[in-house]
Amino acid sequence: MTARWLQRIALAFVLPLVLLAAWTYGSRCGWVPEQILPPPDAVWASLADLWTSGELWTNALVSLDRVAQGFAAGTAAGFALGLAMGCSRPVEAYVRPLFTALAQVPALGWIPLLMLLVGIGEPLKLIVIARAVLVPVALNTLAGVRGVPLPLLEVGRVLRFSRAQMLLRIVLPASVPSVFAGIRYGLTHAWIALVAVELIASSEGLGYLLLWGRQMFQLDQVIAAMAVIGITGFVMDAALGVMEARLQRRQPVAVRG
Amino acid sequence: MRGLVLPVLVLAAWEAASHCGLVDPRLLPPLERVLSAGDDVTGLRHVGGDLIASLRRDLAGFGLGTLCGLVFGALLGRSRMARALLGPSFDVFKQIAVFAWIPLISMWCGAGEAAKVVFVALTAFTPVVLNTAQGARSTPPALIEVGRLLRFTRAQMVWRVYLPAALPAILTGVHLALIYAWLATIGAEYFMTTGPGIGGLIIEGRDRFAMDLVMLGVLLLGVVGYALNRIAEAAEYRLLRWRPA
Repeated sequence: MTARWLQRIALAFVLPLVLLAAWTYGSRCGWVPEQILPPPDAVWASLADLWTSGELWTNALVSLDRVAQGFAAGTAAGFALGLAMGCSRPVEAYVRPLFTALAQVPALGWIPLLMLLVGIGEPLKLIVIARAVLVPVALNTLAGVRGVPLPLLEVGRVLRFSRAQMLLRIVLPASVPSVFAGIRYGLTHAWIALVAVELIASSEGLGYLLLWGRQMFQLDQVIAAMAVIGITGFVMDAALGVMEARLQRRQPVAVRG
Repeated sequence: MRGLVLPVLVLAAWEAASHCGLVDPRLLPPLERVLSAGDDVTGLRHVGGDLIASLRRDLAGFGLGTLCGLVFGALLGRSRMARALLGPSFDVFKQIAVFAWIPLISMWCGAGEAAKVVFVALTAFTPVVLNTAQGARSTPPALIEVGRLLRFTRAQMVWRVYLPAALPAILTGVHLALIYAWLATIGAEYFMTTGPGIGGLIIEGRDRFAMDLVMLGVLLLGVVGYALNRIAEAAEYRLLRWRPA
């Protein structure tokens, strides 16, 4: 098993190494001008520079803080909205058409409008990120609540559960996988929205590093910032993926459906 | 019917507030001003031209990205070697938030039409690859066996077995790509504001503090997004009608 594992890892590194070799060789021979594609060691130096000067950390922390706040607000609001629509048909009938209509405009579309309303400060970033998270969380919560297996609901009725007990003991546990899938989508969307909003209106953060590099024609910094954005996104998504797998393992088979 | 209550209430409150001067009309212009914002400032043809330019860009990028995505996805799904060699790199690549590509793309392709189309294509590419690969991988073994029994040629296997089996997943990917491509079109127009386009219209409205123009742009954004979504749903339904329920 370890041999096959090693083989898989080795194969996975073939393409990146080939690309890296071509990139290094190409820039040595001057196939492409440095302004178009800086050599790998320049990118590496730029990354090390950002690291030692502390710029990388300050900007990454600013970005992570924004995502954390927007993500928390969006998840809470989306969960509450999805739960309300899922548990009550009248609420769904009143609210859903308006929700669907507003959800048609992507998070990015609201940015200029919000800029006129709330300015370009932190509230703008918070609202845009929260909006990006809210829609998938609300839709998945709604689907999860609606998808609770009927036999489970009947068991609750037979046991004469109160409304609160029904909610806490049956509906919420049974809808965990769906809600969590929504949260995972939400985090991906939050990360995309963060980069977009930081590119448009920001003076710090990872998106700003990108923009700054572009304006100074320092592509090595642009590529370094892209790498950090990619790795951070990858780590966050992987962490949620592990949590998701754990949660699903705890679900009894009957609930898994 | 009940679904109309809230939207009507919101719109009525909006009209009342902006007409009675409860809020600054610069922040909340009356509805009729929003709807006529296009011909008011720059002439109706301007907005029509913006819409057509955006749609053309959207479809060009969507087509390009989908085509590349189908080929790459099929390769990832059907060839174990390709999966081992390319799969992990693709998994890392797709985690780079799409907008992070914009500075690089605008440096490589300039700020013109090509850069925008490339960016839209890049956005459409990822969901098509993921879903096509998944669909191509999960052909039921029983179907493959039937194909072998019938002595299908390789081409017949592809057209009669692999493609129909993967079609639902592929269409899901293409549907997602259509939605993402529209989002990316607007994004590309925000960051590379040369030439006409709905995104450019919205940015222009913001720069001039013309809220009616911004709102008109947002409205068009939503309407087009909705229409594209409905078209994709209808196409999906038609193409999958042959499936047993």
